Amino acid sequence: MSALSYAAPSTVQDAIGLLSGAKGIAKVMSGGTDLLVQMKMGRLKADLIVDTKKLPGIFGITESAGVFTIGAATSGAQLGEHEGLKAAWPGVVEAANLIGSTQVQGRASLAGNLCNASPAADSVPAMIAAGAVAVIVGPNGQREAPVETIVVGPGRTSLAKDEFILQFRLPARPARSSDAYLRFIPRTEMDIAVVGCGVSVTLDAQGVCTAARVALGAVAPTQVLVTAAANALIGHTLDTATLAAVDAAARAACNPITDKRGTIDFRIKIAGVLARRAAKIAYDRAGARA
Amino acid sequence: MSKHHVTATINGEPAEFLCETENTLLDALRDQLRLTGTKEGCGSGDCGACSVIVDGRLVCSCLMLAVEAEGKTIQTIEGIADGEKLHPVQQKFLEHAALQCGFCTPGFLVAAKALLDRNPDPTETEVRYWLAGNLCRCTGYDKIIRAVLDTAAEMRANA
Repeated sequence: MSALSYAAPSTVQDAIGLLSGAKGIAKVMSGGTDLLVQMKMGRLKADLIVDTKKLPGIFGITESAGVFTIGAATSGAQLGEHEGLKAAWPGVVEAANLIGSTQVQGRASLAGNLCNASPAADSVPAMIAAGAVAVIVGPNGQREAPVETIVVGPGRTSLAKDEFILQFRLPARPARSSDAYLRFIPRTEMDIAVVGCGVSVTLDAQGVCTAARVALGAVAPTQVLVTAAANALIGHTLDTATLAAVDAAARAACNPITDKRGTIDFRIKIAGVLARRAAKIAYDRAGARA
Repeated sequence: MSKHHVTATINGEPAEFLCETENTLLDALRDQLRLTGTKEGCGSGDCGACSVIVDGRLVCSCLMLAVEAEGKTIQTIEGIADGEKLHPVQQKFLEHAALQCGFCTPGFLVAAKALLDRNPDPTETEVRYWLAGNLCRCTGYDKIIRAVLDTAAEMRANA
C-alpha cells in the first residue's frame, strides 16, 4: 500500500491545517509539472500532497483599478490567452509562456515556477522586474511579500511549512509603462535558461525613463534584482552611454557557476547583452503605449 | 492509505478506476483502463508521447496524478477517430507517411488535434512551436508538419 497521501481541500483553512498537521514532508501542488518529475526521479520523497486547485481564488486573472490579481495556479496557457494582461504586462506573459511545451503550459503555474526555486525559472525575473507581490496564506492569516523575497536558494523558499501562495498582484501601471523578458538558450524552444533578464520601465512624455526595475535569472543562486541597472536607466533615454551603463551594471550583479549550459564568463557577458536588449524592447513597448 | 476511487468522462464515456496517489493519469489510462494507445516515452514531460486533452487543455498525462482526473473530461488517442472513420489528421499522417516507428504518433495526433480545435488556420511556425514538446526520432518532423498543415487546409475546405 502507498504511504503517500493526497488531499484537495476546498478551503484555504483546510489546506493550512493539512500542512500544519502533516507528519513528514508535505508538498503544495498546483500544476505539478516540476513536483511530479522530482518525485519520479526520487529526488523528493513526499508523505502528503496538498493540491491547491480546488481553492477559491487560486485560478483566474482579474483587474481592478489597473491592479492585476492572478491566481497562483493559473496556467501559462491561461495567462497567454488573457488579452488585458498581455497588453499591460507583456514581459510577464512572455516569460511564463517560455516555460516548457504546449503540454506543460496547460498546467504549469507562476506559483509553481517560483516555489520550485530554480535559479533559472523563467517567470521569476519578469515578476521581480514587474514589482509583483505574492499574497501568502498561513496559520496567522494573510501576508504579502515581494516576489524577490521568496526564493532564498536553489530549491529553497522563505515560506513556512504551513504557508503557500494564493495569488500574485501586479501593480497599476502609469501611462507609457511596459516590460520585457529575454532568455538565452542555445536553441529556440524547450530548454532551460542559460541567462534570463526581465526589465520594466515607465517613460515620461519625452521618452525619459522615470522608473525602472531590472532582474536577472540563472546568474546566481537566486534571481537578482539589479538596482544599479535600474538606476542607470532612470533619468535617461536609451542612448549609447545609458545602454553601456545598464550592460555594466548587469554584469557586475552576476555571481554565476560554470555548468553544461554555460561558463561563468559566458553567463556574465550574456547578462549584459540581455539587459540591454530587454531594456530596448520594454522601452519601445512603453513608447508605443503613450 | 486506501486507494482513490476516481470517476471521469473518457472519450465521451463514463469511466472509473482505482489508483494510488503516486499513479499518474498515464498509469491509470494504460494499466487500469487498458487504453494503451497513450504511450510513455520519457515519463518527465519532455517528449509528449503521453499527450491527452483534459477539459480542453493539452497536457502530458505523465505529469498529472490519476487522482486529479476526478470529474474531468478526458480525450485520448482512442477517442480521436469517429468510430471506424479516421480523424482527418490521422488520414493525413498516413498519406504523408508522417510516421516510421509510430511510438510518438499518438501524442502527435492528439497534440495536432488540440491545435486544430482552437486554430483552424495555423502557420507553419505556429505548428512547429505548438508541437515543440512532441519528440520524434524517426521522421525529422518535416512530414509531420506538412501533414498537419494539409489537414488544416482540408478541414477548412470541408468546413
